[in-house]
Amino acid sequence: MSMIDKNTTRKEAAALVRDGASVMVGGFGVPGTPFILIDALLEQKPSNLTLIKNEANEDGMGISKIIEAGMCRKLITSHLGLNSTVIGMMNEKKIEVEFHPQGILAEKIRAGGAGLAGILTDIGIDTIISEGKTKVEVNGETVMVEESLNADVALIHAAKADRMGNMVYEKTARNFNPLMASAASTVIVETEEIVETGTLSPDEIHTPAAFVDHIVVIDNLTEEYGVLQSHVIQD
Amino acid sequence: MSYKTKIAKRTAREIGPGQVINLGIGLPTLAMAYLPEDMPVLIHSENGILGMGRACRNGTEDRNLIDAGGGYPEIVKGASFFDSALSFSIIRGGRLDAAFLGTLEVSMNGDLANWIIPGKFAPGIGGGMELAQKARRLIITTTHTTRKGEPKLLKGCTLPLTAKACVDRIITELAVIDVTEEGFVLKEVAEESSVDEVVQKTGAPLIVPDENSIPTF
Repeated sequence: MSMIDKNTTRKEAAALVRDGASVMVGGFGVPGTPFILIDALLEQKPSNLTLIKNEANEDGMGISKIIEAGMCRKLITSHLGLNSTVIGMMNEKKIEVEFHPQGILAEKIRAGGAGLAGILTDIGIDTIISEGKTKVEVNGETVMVEESLNADVALIHAAKADRMGNMVYEKTARNFNPLMASAASTVIVETEEIVETGTLSPDEIHTPAAFVDHIVVIDNLTEEYGVLQSHVIQD
Repeated sequence: MSYKTKIAKRTAREIGPGQVINLGIGLPTLAMAYLPEDMPVLIHSENGILGMGRACRNGTEDRNLIDAGGGYPEIVKGASFFDSALSFSIIRGGRLDAAFLGTLEVSMNGDLANWIIPGKFAPGIGGGMELAQKARRLIITTTHTTRKGEPKLLKGCTLPLTAKACVDRIITELAVIDVTEEGFVLKEVAEESSVDEVVQKTGAPLIVPDENSIPTF
């Protein structure tokens, strides 16, 4: 059997992101953020993007660079507490921001990947985030319809992948990555290590190859992947 | 003792063996330092950890292992990692014995407002709404008043809510106060404070069961 090989270059991968595309980006803080693919987008310069990510990284890092470069029209996210630059751009209306409770954002993406139209939830039902949302009665309780989220492209970070696209994440770098890998039309993975297909144990695979379209191998982990000294407790 | 240490030490006493808990960013996280070293407790972090330990020191940080606030934690024996959907299944599915959060305001019927000051402070929602609404017990750790000295414990919240009628207990540098069907009830008073001071700095009626037998902390 000839083996499938989804390996591509970062330049070819970035060219798949068109102007106006919706792009899911994995990561929660540094772990799981695909910094190399983000840098490839910065070189490609697609415009008018809708970005979907848990947060906007910190000022000057990761997707914050795409937003700061004016390439992003709208951000769908959960929390921007560690990024005063993007909060400033939101307040100055330079970027549209849509906030969701963190687990509801995850579940909207999971539903999108699972081929569901949406989810029903009572989270935020008594708050201003319920305004304008469709409400339904289920078992005597009022719940809200949260529509599922899909995207044109997902940018994913894996610790290890085989050539066919089976993926393994490490520690808290998993976060939104497996959910987003299931919810986009084109899924591009950057991996720290690539192995021959068949060498990963089927039991250890977090995301099966069916979800993956293209793989970019990271040849050099840039400084951004490292420990953030600003978060290290100094004795 | 700083007000932070006072609150953190008292908060740690709310945590019992065998519990599954979430400690919010800021004041709640400080309580971890005052838990007995051998306390068998599973601490959950929204970004995908059950079994978080203390903060790393002396260069033991791992670039792939952070907590929900971006800090670098250790993990305990029996810890597990998972994705963000499963992480919130633990919260919304009712598996958290307790969550600890900071706040801007709490009302006497247990309403919580801690995520937005319209026009001034709007960093987003994060995991707060789900923690507030679904943890089996919600404990608020906060200074008793704002920096300007205005009460944070009120008859009704003035800011947009995080969740309605969700708070069980409030721990401040001055007092431990429970939210009951009758309103705020004083449970403990700080050694450095007095019932009079707590009453004066609380912006809603405070039920004092028996002034002479209120425990101190």
